Amino acid sequence: AQDLQLQLHYCPPPAKYGGRHTVTLIPGDGIGPELLNHVREVFRFSCVPVDFEVVHVNSALETEEDINNAITAIRRNGVALKGNIETKHTMPPSVKSRNNLLRTSLDLYANVMHCQSLPGVQTRHQNIDIMIIRENTEGEYSSLEHENVPGVVESLKIITRNNSLRIAEYAFRLAREKGRRRVTAVHKANIMKLGDGLFLQCCREVASGYPDITFDSMIVDNTTMQLVSKPQQFDVMVMPNLYGNVVSNVCAGLVGGPGLVPGANYGRDYAVFETATRNTGKSIADKNIANPTAMLLAGCMMLDHLKLHDHASSIRNAIFTTMNENRLHTADIGGQGTTSEVVQSVMRIIQSKGQLTAEF
Amino acid sequence: VGSPAFLSLQRERRCLGVCDGGQMQTVTLIPGDGIGPEISTAVMKIFEAAKAPIRWEERNVTAIKGPGGRWMIPPDAKESMDRSKIGLKGPLKTPIAAGHPSMNLLLRKTFDLYANVRPCVSIEGYKTPYTDVNLVTIRENTEGEYSGIEHVIVDGVVQSIKLITENASRRIAEYAFEYARNNQRSSVTAVHKANIMRMSDGLFLRKCREVAENYKDVKFTEMYLDTVCLNMVQDPTQFDVLVMPNLYGDILSDLCAGLIGGLGVTPSGNIGANGVAIFESVHGTAPDIAGLDLANPTALLLSAVMMLRHMGLHDYGNKIQTACFDTIRDKKVLTKDLGGNSKCSEFTADICRRVQDLD
Repeated sequence: AQDLQLQLHYCPPPAKYGGRHTVTLIPGDGIGPELLNHVREVFRFSCVPVDFEVVHVNSALETEEDINNAITAIRRNGVALKGNIETKHTMPPSVKSRNNLLRTSLDLYANVMHCQSLPGVQTRHQNIDIMIIRENTEGEYSSLEHENVPGVVESLKIITRNNSLRIAEYAFRLAREKGRRRVTAVHKANIMKLGDGLFLQCCREVASGYPDITFDSMIVDNTTMQLVSKPQQFDVMVMPNLYGNVVSNVCAGLVGGPGLVPGANYGRDYAVFETATRNTGKSIADKNIANPTAMLLAGCMMLDHLKLHDHASSIRNAIFTTMNENRLHTADIGGQGTTSEVVQSVMRIIQSKGQLTAEF
Repeated sequence: VGSPAFLSLQRERRCLGVCDGGQMQTVTLIPGDGIGPEISTAVMKIFEAAKAPIRWEERNVTAIKGPGGRWMIPPDAKESMDRSKIGLKGPLKTPIAAGHPSMNLLLRKTFDLYANVRPCVSIEGYKTPYTDVNLVTIRENTEGEYSGIEHVIVDGVVQSIKLITENASRRIAEYAFEYARNNQRSSVTAVHKANIMRMSDGLFLRKCREVAENYKDVKFTEMYLDTVCLNMVQDPTQFDVLVMPNLYGDILSDLCAGLIGGLGVTPSGNIGANGVAIFESVHGTAPDIAGLDLANPTALLLSAVMMLRHMGLHDYGNKIQTACFDTIRDKKVLTKDLGGNSKCSEFTADICRRVQDLD
């Protein structure tokens, strides 16, 4: 509750000098570098007062030096925009996921994803508007595994009262702030009675402090079934880490795929923005076919976080206008457009609105 | 244990069914609770109309306390299953705070039902936003996240243990590839999260890769759980056979059931060691409509069709399935959950009539 008091009276991050913000940029692997280049291109074109401090993380190295440098840079700047860092299976199990290390070291406890049906994109379901709040630091992603007996591996899932209360508070606060009516907790407490039972209990406790918001719960397997048949019934959803992974990917698929949805990871002191489904996209890298929408929208979320709302709206509107043109749809949403065509269109629309822009 | 003995038994059974055209085979029938009895009656009626060579042995499974204080299923039920090796089960209610574990869990432990198999095929005539779904989820059913081992470390910190063993992983992978081969499926995809759970899912994945080496005729791929979910809701036709540990299997099998229309139309089979196989409907007991002749027997019927195919009685299985799908496509006598307002008995009678006409 303490952290949220701070968040309500939010102050923009400290790395602001001469009216310009400094943001850490981690290119990552696969399509990350090219998409982030496009973000920089659009920002520079729109004269966004943000300077990027680029930190490379080499996923082929076993040492944690690179990722520690990135974490330090984010501590310094307070905000980051990142691509996904690949986790190579050829490495020994002691080499943990770099993305996960980043999230846990910076205690980015809330992963927030807003899935909305976009009018220009054809999907099987319409009118979807779901906010997913996923606990981002513990649960199944605790990375605590051991092999006591050869051939028998134990993996620990940790659920704590503190983190469950924290994420539930975040969900309800966000729901109230955005005027949402209902929060659904997703769990498997019928099987994991103690772990998910604790999570559910914490959600109920927090819910009692928000009588204006309806609270209900649903078992995760039923949730996925409901999502593919009637996704319109969901409003705000809160859940532990792994179920969050499943539900957010299902919802992203329902609104049109991984190329469209941005995601944010919030902690008490730091915020890191990326695409919601965190794909590396190795097979489509460097071919100019990746969809830049998700990463550009993540950039807009970041601008909103920095209180640069005008820039955020201008770029976001340009993206949505571009989405309405079928001719500019990239392959993932059924079109034949290229990444650069989409980006050019966005910049052209921004320019046409008469705001200050750099040379084309 | 399991693998070679089970496979030879399966071949034996197939031979029995095909070569010995009139020989009755015994199947243990567990009607279950709620709507269980009425949908079981519906299935028996349809089998009778199809003249399927099945002799039903009805048994009840309620938890009883055996010697030594351990909960177990009634001995006559166990004896029947051990003899017949094949079971068909309706929904069982899971009591809360009854002091004993769920009946489904007891059955699973008693017969070491290690594989849960759910074929998900779009039902022509029952429209969902997804058409052309044709995949099978094979879920490891004994360990993983459902080991039931949880501790409170200190007040406010709970630890749940996920167990992955080499043996169980190998066994489920072998079953998946055998299933793919025997059912003319072209690929098997292992679903995992080995980027995060490096050791546990890593072990599962390694075993799948090892088993894949012995089945070069079946294509093997691996995919992250989240990528599967993402792709499944956009284009389910890209998937064929999916094999995975317990929790992912639970979620994905229900996701796939949702794609074709829900638990009311999804069949399911549980394969155990020593050649035992129990086929079941996976919906609930629906106590609010029990005894009112409103239930939809499709799920149990399709599970029974799965059972017939498992026993090698493909002709009977196909006949009954065709009759069932024709009734649904025709839309004249659908039960309420399928969008009509007919009775269960009317739905059943229509299928019986079609089965007889198909002869």
